[in-house]
Amino acid sequence: MRWLRFIVDPPATPKGVDKRVPTPRTGVHYDTEWATGSAGKLVRRATVWGFMKPAIRIYGSPRVVGADRLTDVKGPVIFAANHHSHADTSLLLATIPAHLRRDLAPLGGADYFFKSRLSGALSALFIGAIPIERTKLSKLSIKNAERAIKRGDNLLIFPEGGRSPDGWSRKHRPGAAFVAKRANIAVIPTYLDGTGRILPKGKNWPKRSRCAVVFGQPIKPGVDEDARSFAERIEVRINELADEFGSGWWEARKRAHAGETPDLSGPDAGAWRRRWALGPAPGQKRRSPAAKRWPDL
Amino acid sequence: MEKLPVGRSRVIYPSEPLNGLKDPDGEITQALLNPIDEDPLPTLLTPGMKLTIAFDDISLPLPPMQRPDVRQRIIEAVLDLAAEAGVDDVHIVAALALHRRMTESELRHAVGDRVYEAFAPHGLLYNLDAEDPDEMVILGETDHGDTVQMQRRAAESDLVVYVNINLVSMDGGWKSTATGLSGYAGVRSHHNPETMKKSTSFMDQENSELHKSNWRQGDIIKSQGPRIFQIETTVNTNMFGYDGPLAMLQKREWEWSMKDRASFSAMQAGLKRMTAPQRRKAFHSWKAPYELTSVQAGEVEAVHKKTTEMVYKQHLVPVAGQTDVVTMGLPYLSPYNVNSIMNPILVAVQGLGYFFNLYRGKPVVRKGGVLIMSHPTPWEFHPVHHPSYIDFFEQVLADTTDPVVMAHKYEKQFAEDEWYRHLYRTSNAYHGVHPFYMWYWCSHALEHLGGVIVVGGDNRAVRRLGFKPASTLNDALEMAEDVVGPKPTVTHLHNPPILMADVT
Repeated sequence: MRWLRFIVDPPATPKGVDKRVPTPRTGVHYDTEWATGSAGKLVRRATVWGFMKPAIRIYGSPRVVGADRLTDVKGPVIFAANHHSHADTSLLLATIPAHLRRDLAPLGGADYFFKSRLSGALSALFIGAIPIERTKLSKLSIKNAERAIKRGDNLLIFPEGGRSPDGWSRKHRPGAAFVAKRANIAVIPTYLDGTGRILPKGKNWPKRSRCAVVFGQPIKPGVDEDARSFAERIEVRINELADEFGSGWWEARKRAHAGETPDLSGPDAGAWRRRWALGPAPGQKRRSPAAKRWPDL
Repeated sequence: MEKLPVGRSRVIYPSEPLNGLKDPDGEITQALLNPIDEDPLPTLLTPGMKLTIAFDDISLPLPPMQRPDVRQRIIEAVLDLAAEAGVDDVHIVAALALHRRMTESELRHAVGDRVYEAFAPHGLLYNLDAEDPDEMVILGETDHGDTVQMQRRAAESDLVVYVNINLVSMDGGWKSTATGLSGYAGVRSHHNPETMKKSTSFMDQENSELHKSNWRQGDIIKSQGPRIFQIETTVNTNMFGYDGPLAMLQKREWEWSMKDRASFSAMQAGLKRMTAPQRRKAFHSWKAPYELTSVQAGEVEAVHKKTTEMVYKQHLVPVAGQTDVVTMGLPYLSPYNVNSIMNPILVAVQGLGYFFNLYRGKPVVRKGGVLIMSHPTPWEFHPVHHPSYIDFFEQVLADTTDPVVMAHKYEKQFAEDEWYRHLYRTSNAYHGVHPFYMWYWCSHALEHLGGVIVVGGDNRAVRRLGFKPASTLNDALEMAEDVVGPKPTVTHLHNPPILMADVT
């Protein structure tokens, strides 16, 4: 059986020689180039029309607001949206106007969507995802994004870096702003509402609830504006879109100019108070303090 | 397709669409911040002020433009500045004078969903009601006796921002506020046969009595009325797109590709198989991909001067000399039948009012010449939009086609009819007097022409209009020879898109 051991056992590295580390082929290193051709695009188009659009219509009955703001927009651009759920990507792929959706590449967490070669292949093929590291601004992540922009793709980035754990938004990371600044392209602030009720973090099966997407005016980074302040501007715009959705455009604009736009990140308080401030879920009733549980006897 | 006589015919084609602005929203902001002969808009907006935003109604542009409408872009930009300045008291009004009220979907299309949902539910976005006695005021009278009337809210505002779309050279200027925000008392000052006969033509402001009257009213508004901040826009002639299913309609026939010829044949075959309501629905669903070519804001007259230059740049086509016979095909749409029926009176006004008057210098057709227009001219009316047109057609035109006679004999009766007034105020009907104005619009042409022939029209309806019906263009040309003599010169005005003949 020596011949079998010869075949199976790897050779020993001589002492004094650095062991060669193979280039990883998962995570942010996953090469998605193979899925960017016309065959890949055809698969994604079929996925959007055959699965995502019907699914999001059944589960979310989405309301689309502000699509008229994108009429004149020509790619490449970056869609930057708040993030509550895996349904967010489906919602956006189903509702972004066709002329910008055709070449849309969502940036997906390398540690989640590209954890294995199989999950990476599925993400690249069916949603056109590109791997990006969520915890840091790595060179490879930027390179992946820039390569897509050079190809003419529009990017979809969730600047919060992950799904909301409690229904409130998290502080934006500067990734989207950094890429927009480097490539000098516009960002379309986008507010998503209600997807957290369809498929919240921690759940595996969706339930029906209404959702909405609000597209904002494209904004470009200023000449002297750094990525961090541009990221803050994007966050403010998304807050304003949320306010517009909740209370109407005119009231939202007045509050925006007065600097009184409510923050999507919620109150700075303990976990239960943050949850309480979200209000009751649709269909649930919060008992008023005056209501009595038992009748007076 | 028709053939014109060889050797003595010419076809006048419109010019190519001008290039659209690359950044319309940016240009709008620039116009508001750097107005002509007026302070920047942000400096005119203060907390506690009364702001009224008025905008052109459904009659502009034609066909209605694809979303976002230019009015939406401008109104959002103005409101954003108003929000920044802390202006709370804002009213938005469709300046429709005696036109029909716009429906919710039409208002939404014009101002956008965001503005509609923010203002309409609170009663702050609405159609002008020019027959509300408490809501209209008389600002004064000009030295020529023109009454100047205005909506009370606008008249009492600290600032009126007027948002205009200039499709043809007749639009805009003082006509926006002096006519758009006025009622019967103000409009009748210039919408009468005498003024229209002296307007040669009403598309040429220098020679238009209609405009002179409006400008006189403007002087009164300047001295007695609110401050006006005028925003005017021009669009190009890209009505049917460069490569869409109807693209061939804005091309010269000899430039039609195989695809264009196939599309045209298919469209023609399809239309023949459709009923009239189906045809109407198909055509009226078309939204034009117009591109904004200029936007200017500030003082009314200074702004309008620049706007007119842009309109002329797009529409003027040099034409050498007049012709004996002018021919034209009429489109499915006029300013007064958007989402409606093009009734015989609107056919007349489209040919003799608008297309005949689209000239500068002198008319394309000589004095005593013949105008031939093609249109089915059905004896059909929209009962909701055009109730007074029905009675006008049955009662007035059956008696006389002379604008002067009908003005004296019937106008007051129709203008003050309580039922028409009620329909105008509460339904979606044009004002009772509106069909008279349509007929007055034709006054100059009726006086100038030796005859009018309608090809392919309903015989009874055409005769009621006082015109002659013909089955084919050849028949019409033969009939025209009886008026202008043998072997007349023929000029065909090609439309769409719009052109304005600069006749020398």
